[in-house]
Amino acid sequence: MNIGLGLPTTTAGVSGDILIEWAKRADTGPFTSLGVLDRIAYQNYEPFTALAAAAAVTRRVRLATMIVIAPLRNTALLAKQAATIDAISSGRLTLGLAVGARGEDYEVAQVDSRGRGRRFAEQLESIRDIWEEGRIGPTPNGHGPHLLVGGSSGEALARMARYSDGYVHGGGPPRAFGGAVTKALAAWSDLGRPGRPALWGMAYFALGAGTAEAGAEYLRHYYAFTGSFADKIAAGNLTSPGAIADFIRGYEDAGCDELVLFPTVCRLDQVDRLAEVIH
Amino acid sequence: MRYAVIGGGPAGLYFALLAKKANPGDEVRVIERNPPDATFGWGVVFSEETLGALRDADYETYTEIGESFARWNAIDIYYRDTKIRSRGHVFTGISRKVLLNILQRRCQALGVRLEFEREIRDLTEVEGADLIIGADGLNGLVRRTYADAFKPQIAVHPTKYVWFGGDVPLDAFTFIFRRNDDGLFQVHAYPFDAHTCTFIVECPEDAWRRAGLESASEAESIAYCQALFEPELRGGRLMSNRSLWINFATLRTETWHRSNVVLLGDAAHTAHFSIGSGTKLAMEDSIALVDALRRHHDQAAAINDYEMERQPVVERFQEAALESSSYFEHVARYSMFDPRQFAFNLLTRSRRITYINLTQRDPELVRTVDAWFAAAAQGSSDGALRLSPPPMFAPLRLGELTLPNRVAVTAEADLDAATRTGAGLIISEFVSITEDGRITPETPVFDRARQDALRTTVERAHRARSLVALQLGHAGRRGSMRPRSQGVDRPLTQGGWRLMAASPIAYTPRAALPREMTRRDMTHIATVFAAAARAATGCWFDALELNFAHGYLLAGFISPLTNRRADGYGGSLENRMRFPLEVADAVRTAWERPLLVRISASDWLPGGLELDDAVEVAALLKAHGCDLVHVVMGQTAWESRPDYRRLFGVPASDRIRNEAGIPTLASGNITTADDVNTILAAGRADLCRLELS
Repeated sequence: MNIGLGLPTTTAGVSGDILIEWAKRADTGPFTSLGVLDRIAYQNYEPFTALAAAAAVTRRVRLATMIVIAPLRNTALLAKQAATIDAISSGRLTLGLAVGARGEDYEVAQVDSRGRGRRFAEQLESIRDIWEEGRIGPTPNGHGPHLLVGGSSGEALARMARYSDGYVHGGGPPRAFGGAVTKALAAWSDLGRPGRPALWGMAYFALGAGTAEAGAEYLRHYYAFTGSFADKIAAGNLTSPGAIADFIRGYEDAGCDELVLFPTVCRLDQVDRLAEVIH
Repeated sequence: MRYAVIGGGPAGLYFALLAKKANPGDEVRVIERNPPDATFGWGVVFSEETLGALRDADYETYTEIGESFARWNAIDIYYRDTKIRSRGHVFTGISRKVLLNILQRRCQALGVRLEFEREIRDLTEVEGADLIIGADGLNGLVRRTYADAFKPQIAVHPTKYVWFGGDVPLDAFTFIFRRNDDGLFQVHAYPFDAHTCTFIVECPEDAWRRAGLESASEAESIAYCQALFEPELRGGRLMSNRSLWINFATLRTETWHRSNVVLLGDAAHTAHFSIGSGTKLAMEDSIALVDALRRHHDQAAAINDYEMERQPVVERFQEAALESSSYFEHVARYSMFDPRQFAFNLLTRSRRITYINLTQRDPELVRTVDAWFAAAAQGSSDGALRLSPPPMFAPLRLGELTLPNRVAVTAEADLDAATRTGAGLIISEFVSITEDGRITPETPVFDRARQDALRTTVERAHRARSLVALQLGHAGRRGSMRPRSQGVDRPLTQGGWRLMAASPIAYTPRAALPREMTRRDMTHIATVFAAAARAATGCWFDALELNFAHGYLLAGFISPLTNRRADGYGGSLENRMRFPLEVADAVRTAWERPLLVRISASDWLPGGLELDDAVEVAALLKAHGCDLVHVVMGQTAWESRPDYRRLFGVPASDRIRNEAGIPTLASGNITTADDVNTILAAGRADLCRLELS
């Protein structure tokens, strides 16, 4: 199983300098990918822009959106942005897409959240055609960027199996990931898709003295829209090397191909501390 | 710390005594509206595992419980005129009243303040407390007060049931199924001391009305049930304790806490009585909450931790309880079963016990079921051998054909690879009857060249002792797509072909619009299907499967969502089935060997085909000479809302097999031999499609 590292684009205190240094360090470390999160109504960096910056200072790691909320974006523009980052990074983009979980993002983007599942399916049906047809460039090599789809409903899994290269999970204990994987594989096989989907997971971590409380506070703030569920997410933050090792083992057993660990405190030492744990 | 516990049932009392024991300096009050000796219901059941948890949490009460319980390890099933006993199910029952007395005494000894006969009408009455515990049951005040936060969902079950006590000494958990002129009644009874048992009677609402129980008094209800179950009561009496006929309600709450208020047991969740877990879950909640409060300095973190620990456990029990209750609600479906199969199906109803689990608990019963299954598979109910293979390896007769085992696999392009699995039946990939019936450019067409190639392959398969079914279909509106290695249902942008369907509705937003089939098209297609069936005989295929599923041409006629025809082929289910049945008839005339038909048992969309309709579809296919229905789900519409849970096609197979009375092939993420044996032995299918990844 590969281990990726999240960029701190949603954490308090992020700056351009930290982002660039973070990406550089990750590229030299044991990580196989750099992940970004997406929301609109929040103090965070826009995911594609952040990945473009990371692309400029990295040579090796994959650049992954985990996820980008597709229905908020115009499909042609989304396809073009993704193709551009893929081109700039010599084919290193993994494009994770989903409908997202927050009504507020739809509100501020002035996009109707009703019917978002169907619109997302339509976007997925056309995005590869856009990449392949060549009218909207840059035309990627082969079938276009590595495409993942997230979501837990049956419809989401069917969309994943029809149009993408794999499944991206939204976080949770290994048991929850394993349950989602079983369903994702069932959808893939039921729809008659040959081969197997790529399986990506994500989690949060904070390492070093005094980071656990700050990390939990960030998660409660970031997930405030979920109500009391935010407490559960905050309690799931991985705050010790042992907890991270157990978690990695659990995900590996559940069949995960790539686990991306997102920071909850914006401190550069997080990159080195995590690198040490997974070495 | 000051705790106010609302509700003096097992959950509230157990929490109170554990909390007080952990911190004797804390103030713990239990407020209960009834007097101390009032209790409703009779006995409660604990598993070995629960008893272990009770022992670890408080040895004193555990010892007392141990002195007054009834223990058993058997389940008796009275069905038709037989009694089947299954062993190896260790449970303990205790009188609810005795349990409450033990917990009350222990609370008093530890210094818990018990306030009986005091009804809290508003939570402001306890606002001085640091933590308020809602242990006040299904309709409790605490949950109702903060419904906005807890977000409760209540599902009311359709059957009627009543709790009686019975003064009959049982030595086993006892299920009784009894049919009279009013309908099918069932009993769930279990002992809780040497001479008394809990005796729950359950029946469908219409049987309850026919029996006049709607307007019956308690005494009349007792008289009715006592007469009905007279043989098993052996002269014993049924006793009432405010015993009213009610419907069970399953409660789920999204969250179990709101700042300093937390729910326990039935106040937060209920699970159908047929898995007997209500008190067990409630007392385990109490243990978990006290443990969490001891672990954390921070009360909010403790409550959160409690909920995180308990919610997944409770959800699993609720899922099992739903399977179990659904079994009892539809048990009339199985009234033709042999008693041995009936027993196996009952014991594995909640899906928590499988063939392997049951083999560990009761090897003798499983041997009996295996032997019966193998003998029945050979066509004889006598002469069962003591040593028989598990159901997966029993043969299956389909007309003249005998499949060596009960596993089917679907082949991909390489049929030879599938024959190496050893499956009893290999089903070919989708082979199109015509050029324009292909799904993708890679879909094989059953033309002369393909027939020659397939004949050679089938001969090879036969030498490897495999039996092969040819899957024939026409893609209809789901054709002209790209190869599936590039994604599924992605329309070809170049080199596509023209599509036809029941009605002109495109499969996806970007797919080509099919034209509506004319009567001539239909005659032509039926003729081509028949010609293909004749050619299949010449290729030595052992069986034929017609694909009427997954949104292809024939499925397009069956689903009301995709058939908008105004002629005699659209409208009612009978009309929508007309063309598919014409195809089946044409093929049946041209093909003598076993005929399988694959159908989608649900459109998985509101307004679409549902399981009830699928039973009718299967019955029609049976009447038209179909030998076996291959049950799959969905894909009839691009927008469908699938449910990919484990074994997702099995409930549909179960219903179709046992309501339409036709053999079925079950599918839906069946991945282990244990699944296959469980499904077959329980009579939920005759053949299973195993996913070998």
